[in-house]
Amino acid sequence: MSQSYDRGLIEDFGRWREFSAGMWAWIFHKFTGWVLIGYLFTHVAVLSTALTSASADPATVAANQDLYTQTIQALESLLVVRILEVGLLAVAVFHILNGTRLLLIDLGIGLESQDRSFYASLVLTGAIVVASVPTFLAGVSL
Amino acid sequence: MAERYSSFTEGGRLWLWQRITAAFLIVVLAFHFFLLHFVHHADEVTFGMSAGRMQQWSYYSLMILFLVTATFHGVNGVYNALINAGLTGVKRRVVQVVLGGASLLLLVQGVRTANAWAGIDLLPIL
Repeated sequence: MSQSYDRGLIEDFGRWREFSAGMWAWIFHKFTGWVLIGYLFTHVAVLSTALTSASADPATVAANQDLYTQTIQALESLLVVRILEVGLLAVAVFHILNGTRLLLIDLGIGLESQDRSFYASLVLTGAIVVASVPTFLAGVSL
Repeated sequence: MAERYSSFTEGGRLWLWQRITAAFLIVVLAFHFFLLHFVHHADEVTFGMSAGRMQQWSYYSLMILFLVTATFHGVNGVYNALINAGLTGVKRRVVQVVLGGASLLLLVQGVRTANAWAGIDLLPIL
């Protein structure tokens, strides 16, 4: 028989000093989740410029002068967009790694070492993001 | 006695689907990022190249499944976060309707965009 666990009001962020690794993992997973769903809606909105390009003159498309190509390439020429993309990568990688932890814990694997796996997720996220920076900033000028 | 930490409804299926879509998204999101940032580079994106990929049925069907699973996982995650924060009653119903409507809009617009790349005309409005 299960019973509800009274964890108190964890939405009170003033409790951050007493937060454990598990609580930080919960906060970060929620934060990265909100960022990713926000990005998904924005992403589809920007990609929708393809609808205009699909009906454009084929010569315009062949010359890469269509709205979709122009929009994406204009955005990708901005340093701030590339930096935001690195941030998006960090958010996505952490959400994936922490989500994998959650999946494993749901399956009964690693509950006793969840603190260490949270710290490992943070370190691995940092390493992947740092290693990806040159690729993400390629072809952009100041 | 086992303590129950989850805010999902006990015995419900949303918990399971959230995990199933998570497992799928881990693989497809990594593939999507790798293909569009490491194989192809962000500043090389063109409508023609995107259309070329989307005209392959395997890529098109994967992207449609990606859209559907990401929408479900993201919106259900938001819904569960709000339940977690104590959302009940009429407010909960309103949130269900708003999130359901937003999901539908995202799916329709996402499919319309994929179809524009693939050159598919399902219906005059799609």
